[in-house]
Amino acid sequence: MIDLEFLINTLSLGSLYALLALGLVLVYGILKLVNFAYGEYIMIAGYGLYFSATVLHLPWWATMLFGVAAAVLTSYLTELAAFRPVRNKSANALIVTSFAVSIFLQNAVLILVSPRARAVQLPPIFSQTVNIAGATTPVRNLLIIGTTITVLILLSLLMKKTVLGMAMRAAADKFTTTRLMGVPANLVISAAFIISGLLAGIASIFWIGRSASVDPVTGAAPLLIAFIATVMGGMHSPTGAVVGGFVYGLLFNVLSITLPASMISYRDAFMFVIVVLFLLFRPEGIIKGGYTEERVG
Amino acid sequence: MTMPMLTVENLMASYGVVRALHGVSLEVNEGELVALLGVNGAGKSTTLKSITGILRPVKGSITFLGTEITNRKPEWIVKQGLSLVPEGREIFGSLTVEENLRLGAFVSYQRDRYKADLKEIFELFPILEERFSQPGGLLSGGEQQMLAIARAMMAHPKLLMLDEPSLGLSPAMTDSIFVLIKRLREMGSTILLVEQNAERALEIVDRAYLLANGEVDFAGSAEDLKRKVDIASVYFGGDDAAPCEVPL
Repeated sequence: MIDLEFLINTLSLGSLYALLALGLVLVYGILKLVNFAYGEYIMIAGYGLYFSATVLHLPWWATMLFGVAAAVLTSYLTELAAFRPVRNKSANALIVTSFAVSIFLQNAVLILVSPRARAVQLPPIFSQTVNIAGATTPVRNLLIIGTTITVLILLSLLMKKTVLGMAMRAAADKFTTTRLMGVPANLVISAAFIISGLLAGIASIFWIGRSASVDPVTGAAPLLIAFIATVMGGMHSPTGAVVGGFVYGLLFNVLSITLPASMISYRDAFMFVIVVLFLLFRPEGIIKGGYTEERVG
Repeated sequence: MTMPMLTVENLMASYGVVRALHGVSLEVNEGELVALLGVNGAGKSTTLKSITGILRPVKGSITFLGTEITNRKPEWIVKQGLSLVPEGREIFGSLTVEENLRLGAFVSYQRDRYKADLKEIFELFPILEERFSQPGGLLSGGEQQMLAIARAMMAHPKLLMLDEPSLGLSPAMTDSIFVLIKRLREMGSTILLVEQNAERALEIVDRAYLLANGEVDFAGSAEDLKRKVDIASVYFGGDDAAPCEVPL
């Protein structure tokens, strides 16, 4: 059962889910906001891919840059226009705002483009398969694994080695105290949204790459996956999000293999049962965040 | 006559509908070590929070080095040279000691000076050099307090404000914190110290303000306060803690 094909499938699915979860957790860490508009950044990136190919006739690599840039810009603009004005209000105000942003973006696309799905062209490499040691796998599965490893390395370098990264980690721990160091609140929050948008954009290329189409509600499924992955992995650290993403990918693939054919369509229901079990028995997730504040003495 | 470094005039602040400060006025001159004393709930921390911009005052004005800083953002106020060592230390627990200090230098960072600053900090707090690459959360309470003070000093503040630095520390650790504050003052720092431990604070400060129920009840030199106020009752929080014998 544990063969190379299963391993590659699990790693690639886990990689994609880890990217999705990571983007959600970065904003949550600093603003304590589960950004329900996050799926829309993925959707907008998909339309970015679509328009840059069909209207602007850009080469494939440029459409990818365009798509990612669209997600980054959307994320940053929603922070400026929607989240910043209600930032000092309650947590409820923030979360309701994120629903509003989500509904607004979905309907904007619905009205301005079309309620129907659009075909997104991706380079042939996305649909080709390769043979590795007897296992056949789509090339995009290997691409997502490589991309995720690269992103994780760059992101951890950013968080550990740069002052901006330190400030973001500090702000996730103690926001007001971070401002008392002279770190502008707007800086760390904007940075979180920009990186979140970047991750959404990169994940979007691979998410869209599976179906090769985009529609106004494309973002709903990846948002749900990201949310569930962070619940399982732990909301309080990027590590938790990444672990949650891979655990989700593993559980999903194990269910796909072990469930009898007649029950495979209930796979999501089984996933939700697992999530409920997590909420009941380990609500803080697999990775607990932070150190104990201090020892006695 | 030179202008005071920090002037707080008729400061009023509230938490929701609860008024915490009813017109507090105080001054700190350059080179001074001034204490803000009073029992729990007297308004000491609220005053500091208003000065640092964490809390927006309802009324009143705060002037620092001739610039009005009322209602400005905390990050802007820090840049003017006003640093706070917050109550409860507020160390970034998941960041290393090194990273805590680096963030402390956020507003003042210059590559050459940073190294020299660290060296100075290690002379004052040798323990921080030992713990340099450990997470701040693993330090003991006293070590965290030292880190909090060191972190604030990395910004080269013109005025250092300390909120209850002895709170929750062992008597021996409290001693060394007070020795340290005295030493900082001798090195030329201007310090505004908030303390519940009035007796200890009066041993080292030049002047003190006594807050009660959100108002300045008494202001004067440390000697005056020691002489005219029943310090024990201030410390233990008696009802008649602060008879106002000297007109303000």
